[in-house]
Amino acid sequence: MFEQIERFQDRLAVIESEHRFYSYRDLVTVGNSFVRDIPTRSLLFFVGTNTFESFACYTAAVRKRVVLAMIPPTIEKALFDHLLEVYKPYGLFLPAERDDLAWGERLTGRQRCSIYLCPDDIHAQLHDDLALILSTSGSTGSPKLVRLSEKNIRSNTEAIIQYLGIGEDDRAITTMPMTYSYGLSIINTHLCSGATVIACEAPLMDRLFWTMLKEEKATTFGGVPFHYEILKKLRFARTDTPTLKYLTQAGGHLSKELTKEFHEICAQKGIRFIVMYGQTEATARMSYLPYLSAPKKLGSIGVPIPGGHFSLEGTSGETIEEAEQPGELVYRGENVSMGYAESPADLARGDDNKGVLRTGDMARRDTDGFYYIVGRKKRFLKIFGNRVNLGDLEEFLKEIGVDAACAGRDDLVRVFMTDQDRMDDARAFLSQRTHIHPSAFDIVYLPTIPRNDSGKILYSKLPETGR
Amino acid sequence: MTNEEKYNQVFITCFKVDAAELSSLAYGSVPAWNSVGQMVLVEELEKAFDIEVEMEDILDIRSYAQGKVVLKKYGVKI
Repeated sequence: MFEQIERFQDRLAVIESEHRFYSYRDLVTVGNSFVRDIPTRSLLFFVGTNTFESFACYTAAVRKRVVLAMIPPTIEKALFDHLLEVYKPYGLFLPAERDDLAWGERLTGRQRCSIYLCPDDIHAQLHDDLALILSTSGSTGSPKLVRLSEKNIRSNTEAIIQYLGIGEDDRAITTMPMTYSYGLSIINTHLCSGATVIACEAPLMDRLFWTMLKEEKATTFGGVPFHYEILKKLRFARTDTPTLKYLTQAGGHLSKELTKEFHEICAQKGIRFIVMYGQTEATARMSYLPYLSAPKKLGSIGVPIPGGHFSLEGTSGETIEEAEQPGELVYRGENVSMGYAESPADLARGDDNKGVLRTGDMARRDTDGFYYIVGRKKRFLKIFGNRVNLGDLEEFLKEIGVDAACAGRDDLVRVFMTDQDRMDDARAFLSQRTHIHPSAFDIVYLPTIPRNDSGKILYSKLPETGR
Repeated sequence: MTNEEKYNQVFITCFKVDAAELSSLAYGSVPAWNSVGQMVLVEELEKAFDIEVEMEDILDIRSYAQGKVVLKKYGVKI
């Protein structure tokens, strides 16, 4: 990965706010200086932000085959310290605003970032294929860590570049953390194409985002369903965005109404709107809905990416060949991660998945070969881009003595509970515990929670009420 | 309810704050006023005053005080 980016030389790699421009030459020079004293095949905790310095360090470390554990800049110090203690990295990359996480001796850096050398001299053994460790956003205190090889990243990057047709003249403006698989895939695909990344730390709700989008002539950005809710609220249809060529959507299921609305809005504005599907466990992307098929296939996650393959599996493990029969969606491709890491010993593990990923999503295929997600095998929802396990939420509520049944759809958890006096408590507690905005929790009163004889909650008997 | 009472109530409900905190309330000053909070706030203001706020103005509502200035453009005097 990124071996070839020097050839882009004076092309524009990164644009920051206030018209700060950086060439690929800058990216390579600064990046190399950052990782000069970080040895090949050592572990670097990388707290990356959407800035030139982060991209420079990231690309240089990957080129040097340093193993990067991508850590969201919003991480709590206690969790970071715990990870430090357990995984004993060789060094850290920290943005200035997270200098509170520093540990060890400052090796190098710039005004806006530092690279630290950690004092531990015993380091975890790393498998030779391991390149990146990404965390999947979980609702529990310990996020799941996904192990990715260089082959995984390269394969997914190439496939995405191919189906989106990314070229040198594209300019992607950032909307998501670079430590999140979808955000990272946008950085990877653009920097590998000699294109430009407009590094914007401001959210869509900030005027700076729209100023940068216009002034720096962004041609594309990506969004999870929550971003599209915001775009709708911001009356994107009436916004002047002449340079945008296409938008992508992934990171959870976008409701059929919003999908339709954005296809129409974008068509009017001359923008291609491309719905995609993926998981961190598959590096980022598994399928996309080709733009020309979109009007006829609303709500579909489309077809596998180049080099990928889907199949559907029935309850007894048989492959479902007929159309319209639901089964678990199984993906095969070179971008399927090596597996999870739950301990430092796992970093020495080889490829557990062997190119096969059971997605945990239930899907069907239509007669034209397009796939549709029909539900989840496990009880997960995506809330504002975070994967939330409904079972975990029920467990959390037990901690404060609240008996509840959780259900819902993406971006809205329905919490059914029997204690009318504690409904506000429950909302506040869930929000605090999961760091998710209270508006995502719809608390519904039920006189009793439907259960079977052995006490298992009968989710199918929960009422379809609320928002 | 006066317009001011309605206006205050929207902020109090959206961000779970006391009336005393209102005057210093701004984007990011409480955890709940983030991107999601902003969206909920604008929706609630639109409902309370039966208006439709344009993008430019949504982006301008960055504090309790600024919100009043924006709403004035929509004929809501607070």
